[in-house]
Amino acid sequence: MGEIAIETHELGKRYTLGLRGRGYGTLRESVMEAPRRLLSREKRERGDQLWALRDLSLTVRSGEVVGLIGHNGAGKSTLLKILSRITEPSAGYADVTGRVGSLLEVGTGFHPELTGRENVYLNGAILGMRRAEIRARFDEIVEFAELERFLDTPVKRYSSGMSVRLAFAVAAHLEPEILLVDEVLAVGDAAFQRKSLGKMNEVAKEGRTVIFVSHNLAIIQALCNRGVLLERGEVKADAPIGEAIDRYLRTLESAATDDLLERRDRDNRAYDETLVRRLEILDASGGHPNVVVAGRPATIVIDVTEHLPKMECQLTIVNSLGQPVCTLDSEMSAPVDVRGPETGTRLECEIESLPLLPGRYRIDVIVKGKRHIQDGLQAAAFFDVEPGMVGNRPIAVEADGDVSLPHSWRLPA
Amino acid sequence: MLTRMETLAAPTTEAVPVSPPPETIRLQPTRGFSRVLAPRELWRYRDLAGQIALRDITIRYRQTALGGAWAVLQPIGFMVVFSLIFGNVAGISSNGLPYPLFSLAALVPWVFFSNALLLGSDSLVSNSALVSKIYFPRIFMPAGVIVAGFVDLGISIVILMIIVLAWGFVPSLAILTLPLLIVIAAATALGASAALSAVNVRYRDVRYVVPFGIQLWLFITPIVYASSSVAEPWRTLSAINPMVGVVEGFRWATLGTGNAPWDLIGISAAAAVVAFLAGLAYFDRVERAFADYV
Repeated sequence: MGEIAIETHELGKRYTLGLRGRGYGTLRESVMEAPRRLLSREKRERGDQLWALRDLSLTVRSGEVVGLIGHNGAGKSTLLKILSRITEPSAGYADVTGRVGSLLEVGTGFHPELTGRENVYLNGAILGMRRAEIRARFDEIVEFAELERFLDTPVKRYSSGMSVRLAFAVAAHLEPEILLVDEVLAVGDAAFQRKSLGKMNEVAKEGRTVIFVSHNLAIIQALCNRGVLLERGEVKADAPIGEAIDRYLRTLESAATDDLLERRDRDNRAYDETLVRRLEILDASGGHPNVVVAGRPATIVIDVTEHLPKMECQLTIVNSLGQPVCTLDSEMSAPVDVRGPETGTRLECEIESLPLLPGRYRIDVIVKGKRHIQDGLQAAAFFDVEPGMVGNRPIAVEADGDVSLPHSWRLPA
Repeated sequence: MLTRMETLAAPTTEAVPVSPPPETIRLQPTRGFSRVLAPRELWRYRDLAGQIALRDITIRYRQTALGGAWAVLQPIGFMVVFSLIFGNVAGISSNGLPYPLFSLAALVPWVFFSNALLLGSDSLVSNSALVSKIYFPRIFMPAGVIVAGFVDLGISIVILMIIVLAWGFVPSLAILTLPLLIVIAAATALGASAALSAVNVRYRDVRYVVPFGIQLWLFITPIVYASSSVAEPWRTLSAINPMVGVVEGFRWATLGTGNAPWDLIGISAAAAVVAFLAGLAYFDRVERAFADYV
């Protein structure tokens, strides 16, 4: 543990609602709104403001690897944006000692018309590297990305996997004292992900300060030694990583009320014309909702507030460590799908034989309508899978992984 | 794999410059003018400034069939059209100079200026991915556009001089004032495009206003006509449009004829300083909120 690398004191960030999200208005709109605003001045000052971060005091010593966890909209990304100086705090201050490199989105600053080589220099400079540093590490970067042959090809001709690899390679060879990472490891193919993780591990072991945001709790648990749980812009827990994750999982469950309309941590890309009111998974035999048996039929039922044209639904089943197990997406349609008016505001997803191993899972949901994301909720429901038979075969007690597949063997006698 | 990487890394680490001892930066709400007018901050990000300018230069004509020729084709095209319409049909006085030369000498700085204004005012919005994800002094965006414009300007000045010489004119020592005139044009363009790009972040109306405004500006600048055809005191007063001094100065400096329009250049230079400082001051005030709006 070294000196203090980051110290924030009652840090706050206030957004005026209506400005965020709908990024801009026209001049006409603000001229038209001016009289209305004069009349309702007080309301605007109070009601339309949101503290994305509030009174956040935090000390991070150099060499610490801190995981920031929390719901959507808890303030994780806002904190990283302030620390990387993209946006200014509205209150309090943060003292940052040392060069800060931020990896807020892989490939930010890549220009499609430039070649791979040109983009390495541009991206390196954007991430705060000196030109001499990039030149010194150029070969290493290219080797890591495995793109030697395509260096002089414009990036717009790269596959998405290739540009992600190049972007990560540049970022991974950055040597700032403080590294801010936001949800960037979920890119590339499995082999490259493993390589990236290994690289992050190395960075962490080199004694640099890292602040890490990810929804993948398994990655956070593997990389970080300290966890900070944010909720509505405030620190709810600051503890060793395992403890912080436990706290987070518990808040996730307590947030999973029956009436989902009470939830405030909704997807901020959403149009909100219809909202998810309720989500449950039901076992075919009845019994308690959200308790199902492995290998038996199950139905996920989603109730929304409004019926909209072209409704679609995407469900992601996530295991207890925050790793997605599978996605069920109505937009990938199949002949067995039924679409009719009789369902009203109810969407149903039937699973013939639930192939999950016993344990606790959650369901994240995105509802679309009119070709837009209308609502999104993480952990809309939690459910327990009880032991059962998959493909008439009992599940091994100590089975690894999350799923069990129906299968058959052919063996020597 | 790991061991190979280590052996690769070993020789290169020595080449990396030793980083200076870390300094502490306090991030807090700021007020007033403190950002653009912070030379240390600009210096710290000098490498990025270079890369952004290089990018703007490289991508400007990439995947265009004619490439850098566009730098020349624009002023030449205007010259041909203006010569036909204003020189022949309308018969506008060109102070006894051949109309094509008369207009081209004015069009070269004008095209630089109008392109800088047009691209510069859109620069923050068209780079919104960068602005909302990365910190750097935002002024690099409009400034990079102007630096990239210098390349075009250089090419078109060379072509202009070739045409001038071919026509039998010999420039005088006055040509040495070109850098001063270019600085006046660039300062005006930077001041104006910084302010406009900042407004553009909030109000996309700027996108429609700028092309229209540039066309109007063309006609209040003595490009198709000579400023000598404007009655005093309007002739002198018109030089508060910095491009008046630049354009008349360019004619005098490159064609080597007529009297030095020092009165116009002086007034225009003063106006350019005002436009530059006012533009940057406004930019500085609103810069802190760009990422929240763009």
